[in-house]
Amino acid sequence: MSAAETLTKPESPPAAAPQPVSATGPGPLARLLNSPRGLLLTVTFLFVVVSAVVTGSGGWPGGLTYDVRAPLEDLNNWLIDNRTTHWIFLYFLLHISNAAETSVYSLVELFESLSWIGVTVMGTLIAWYAGGAGLRKRALRTAGTALGVFAACGMLGVWDRTMETLALMTVAVAAAGALGLLLGLAAGLSDICDRMLRPVFDTMQVMPAFAYLLPFVLLFDIGVPSALIATVIYAAPPMARLTSLGLRGADPAALEASASLGASPLQRLWTARLPLARKEMMLGLNQTIMMCLSMVVLASVVGAGGLGNEIYTALGQVDVGLALAAGIAIVLLAVLLDRTTAAAGEQLAETTEHSGGSGWAARLRGWPSWLGLAAVGGVLAAVGSRLAEREWPSAWIVNIADPVNSSIAWFEEHLGEGIPVVGGTLVWAENFTVWVLNPLRSGLNATPWWALLLLVAVLAWVAGRWRAALTATAAMAVAGALGLWTKSLDTLSQVLAGLLLTLLLGFLIGIVAARVERVERLLRPVLDTMQTMPQFVYLIPVIALFGVGRTAGIAAAVVFVLPAVVRITAQGIKQVDPAAVEAARSMGATSWQQLRQVQLPLARKALLVAVNQGVVLVLSMVVIAGMVGGGALGIDVIEGLSRGDLALGLPAGIAIVCLGLMLDRITQPGARTPDHR
Amino acid sequence: MNSKLIRTSLIAGTGVLGMIALSACGAADTGAGGDGKGAKKVTIAVPSWVGAQANAAVAAQLLEDELGVRVKQEQMDESVAFNALNSGKADAILEDWGGAPEKVKRYVDDKKTVVKGGGLGVTGHIGWFVPKYYADKNPEVLDYKNLNDFKDDFKTSESGGKGQFIGAAPSYTSYDKYLIKNHKLDYKILPTGSEAAQLKEIQRLYKAEKPFLTYWWDPQWMNSEIDMVEVKLPEYTEGCNEPKEKTECGYDTLMLQKYFNADFAKDGGDAAEFLKNFEWETEDQNEVAKMIKGDGMSPKNAAAKWIKDNEDTWKKWLPKK
Repeated sequence: MSAAETLTKPESPPAAAPQPVSATGPGPLARLLNSPRGLLLTVTFLFVVVSAVVTGSGGWPGGLTYDVRAPLEDLNNWLIDNRTTHWIFLYFLLHISNAAETSVYSLVELFESLSWIGVTVMGTLIAWYAGGAGLRKRALRTAGTALGVFAACGMLGVWDRTMETLALMTVAVAAAGALGLLLGLAAGLSDICDRMLRPVFDTMQVMPAFAYLLPFVLLFDIGVPSALIATVIYAAPPMARLTSLGLRGADPAALEASASLGASPLQRLWTARLPLARKEMMLGLNQTIMMCLSMVVLASVVGAGGLGNEIYTALGQVDVGLALAAGIAIVLLAVLLDRTTAAAGEQLAETTEHSGGSGWAARLRGWPSWLGLAAVGGVLAAVGSRLAEREWPSAWIVNIADPVNSSIAWFEEHLGEGIPVVGGTLVWAENFTVWVLNPLRSGLNATPWWALLLLVAVLAWVAGRWRAALTATAAMAVAGALGLWTKSLDTLSQVLAGLLLTLLLGFLIGIVAARVERVERLLRPVLDTMQTMPQFVYLIPVIALFGVGRTAGIAAAVVFVLPAVVRITAQGIKQVDPAAVEAARSMGATSWQQLRQVQLPLARKALLVAVNQGVVLVLSMVVIAGMVGGGALGIDVIEGLSRGDLALGLPAGIAIVCLGLMLDRITQPGARTPDHR
Repeated sequence: MNSKLIRTSLIAGTGVLGMIALSACGAADTGAGGDGKGAKKVTIAVPSWVGAQANAAVAAQLLEDELGVRVKQEQMDESVAFNALNSGKADAILEDWGGAPEKVKRYVDDKKTVVKGGGLGVTGHIGWFVPKYYADKNPEVLDYKNLNDFKDDFKTSESGGKGQFIGAAPSYTSYDKYLIKNHKLDYKILPTGSEAAQLKEIQRLYKAEKPFLTYWWDPQWMNSEIDMVEVKLPEYTEGCNEPKEKTECGYDTLMLQKYFNADFAKDGGDAAEFLKNFEWETEDQNEVAKMIKGDGMSPKNAAAKWIKDNEDTWKKWLPKK
C-alpha cells in the first residue's frame, strides 16, 4: 500500500557536492581536538563526567520547582462545576461536541439502515467511482479492494464494530483534512504564520494524546466528541505541513506565467499554486488517514466504541487472537481509505491535465453520477434492512483467534529462554536492562542538574547555534520546574536506548534494502503491517517475550518506529546520484568504500530526517511503554487519564513534549529543513 | 503581492467565524436531564474486565427481553465512567470497586448528580498474593512481617537490589506504595500500567514456576487457572486507610457497588427499578465470566444461557406490576 511512501520525504534531493574525504587525515581524536566545537564538546563532556563522579547525585533543587498541581486542580473543578451552565459551553463548546456526535451517529445509523449488503455495495460503488468509473484498470482495482475489505471485516466477525469505526474515521479524516488544509494554506502563504505554526504542529504531534484526552473529556464530554477532537489534533499536522510544503515548493516559473496573464492572487492560488501542490497534499492526506486510524484504540478508552473497544476488551482477557482480528480490520480500513483517496487523487490529476487547469470545476460537473450514487444509496437505505439481516451472517465468520493464539503460545514458549548459545528473548531483555538501561539511568541521575543543562546547551549549540541551545536548555528546565526531573531522566534514558537500537537496526536494514531490490520487496508488506497495526495488539506477545518492564516498552517502540527509519534510509540512499556512485566504482572503490565514502555522506540529509522521525515516534511510544511496565512519565500520563486527574497527566505530557523539543534541537544540525516530519 | 491575499483570506476567515458564531446563537443541548417518563434507552458503562462484562451482558439481555428497553454498553474505566454518569452520557455503573473515592465525594456527596444504586451482591477482595508452589516451600512468606527475609527471591533486574512487587493497573484501588513504605518493606513496585500486562506477567511467571509477589483480587477469571495464596496484612478496620499516606492495614473486603446518574435513578422508571434490584452472587458472576473467558462464548450467548438456567434469581429483579 502507499503507506510505503507516507513517511519518506517528497523533498530532500541530497546536496550534490560530495564532501571531500581525505584518506590520510589525522586520527579522529586529533581531529576532534583541532576544531573549536570539538574541543568545547570534549571539555564539557569531561566536566559533566567529573561533576557526576564528584557529587554523585543529581536531582532538581526543590526551590526551583513550580507547583502546578493546585491551579490545575482548580481548573479541573471549575470545568466540572460549570459544564452545564457557563456560556462558553452553552454557546460554543457544546455545539462542537453535539455536532461531532450527530455526524458520527447519523453515519452509523445510515450504515445500519443500509444493512451489510447495502454498505458493501455502496462502498464498492463509491470506490469504483473514485477510481474513475468505467472498466478502467484503476477503477476495477479500487472497487475490488473495497469489496475485499468489507468481506474480510465481515468474515473476521467484527462487522458491527467496523461500521462504528468507519463512521468515526470518515468524520475524523474529513475534519482533520479540512483543518490541515486551512492551517497549511496559512503556513504556506504567510511566513509569519509558518513561523508561528511550526512549534504548534510539533506540540500537536509529540504531546501524548492520553495527556490531553482528559481535558477534552471535561470540555467536550465523554465518548465520540473527545475521541474525535483528539484524533483531529493528532492527525491534522501532516496534512498542514505537506500542504504548506507544496505551496512553497511550487515552480516559480509557473507562478510567474500565471501572474503575467493577469491572474489575481486568489485566482493564482486556485488555478496554479493549489494544483501544483496536489501531489504533496495527497501525501499529506494519506499520512493523516494513517494517523487517524492509529487513534482508534485510544478512542475506545473514553467510550467512543468501535474496533478499539474489541481490542481493549480482548487485552483484559489476554486474548491476542481476538485482538488481532480487530487489529486486522483496522489495517484493512486504512487500506480502504488510503486506496480510495489515492485513486480519487490520481483521477483528479488526470482530469485537470486534460481540461487545462479548471479540473476542480470539471469534476463537480459530474453531478449526474453523484446523483445516481445518492439515489442508489437512498433505495438501499430504504430496503436494505429488508434485504438481509442488519449484521453480517454468523455462518460466514471465520474464527482466527484460536489458531493465532496457539501459534503465538508456541513462539512464546520456544523463544523466551533456553535457546543454546543465543539464550532467548527473556535473557536478552535481562541483559539489556542490566547493561544498558540501568547504567544509563543511574548515570543521568548521578549528574548534577546544572551540568546536564550545560551539556544540553553545548550539544544544541554545536548542532544549531545559540537559538537551538536556548530552546533545548529551556525545555529541559521546564521539565525540572514541573517537578518531574527524575522521572524525565528515567524516560530520557529509555528513549535514548530505544532510539539507538532503532537507528542501529534501521540504518542496517535500510542500507541492505537500498542495495538489494529483492529484500526491499519482501520487506514492504511487513513494514506496512508493523506501522498500521495498533500497538495494543502486540503488547501481550511483547510482554510474553520480554517480561513486564522497561525493555518490553522499548521492544514495542522498536517495532513501531523501525519501519519509518528503514524506509527513509533506503529512500535516501537510493536517491544518491548514480553518477557519483559510478564514478567511485570506476576509480576502483570497493562496495564498502562506495557505501561509506559516497552513498552515506550524500544521503546525510535523509539520514537526519530518519533520526528526527525516530525521536518523534519513540517519544510517541512513551505512553504505550508505560502500559507494559515502562513507568516514569508514561505511567503518570496513563494514571492521569484513568483516574481523571488533570494535575497528574498534563504536566507529564508537557514534560514529554519538552524532551522531544530538546532531542529535536540536538539532532537537527545547521539550518533546519523546511519540513522535517 | 502577498498582502492582498492575506487580506482576502482574513475577510473570508471573518466570514466563516461569523457564520459559526451565528449558528451558535442558540444554547446547546447539554446532554443532561431525563425525559421524565421512564427511560427507553439505557447506557451501561462497562470496564474491560470479564466480571463487569458478565454483569452488563445479563442486565442488558433482561432489560431488552423483559422490559423492551434498548441498552447500549460502553467500554470505560471506572473513573471516566463517573464523569459519564455526571454528564448523563451513561446511566449506570454496575460494579464499582471504590477505585475513585475523590469522584464519589465530588459527584455523589457534593454535586448529587450521581447516586448510589445499592450493592451488586458480589463481594470483592483485594490483597497481596504469592503462587501456591512457592508458599508451600516457604510458608513463612505468608506473613507480611517476614517479607523482607524473602526479598532476594523476588529480586529482578528492574527492582534495583530490592524485592519486586508486581503492582496494580493505574486505575485500580491500591495503597501498596504506602503499605510498603509504612512497614519498611524492602520492595519496589513494578508499575504494570495495565491489567493486561499484569495478567500476562503472572501467567508467564506461573508457567515457569518462578516466585513472585503481586497485587491481586477476587473475583477474577484467571483464579480458576492459577493457584495463589494470600499474604497476611494487618487487618482492615473502618477508616484505617485514611489518609491513604498513613495506611498500614490491608484491604477491605467490600460489597461491590452500583451507581446511577441521578436523573436516571429518579425518572428511569422500570429500567431504573430493575437495575436497582439487580443483585446476584459471586458464583453467578463467575459462572457467566467463565463461559465468556473459559469457553470462548460471546457475552450475549453466555448471558442467555445463564438467564435460561436461573429464572428464580432474575424474576425477583423485575419491577412489580
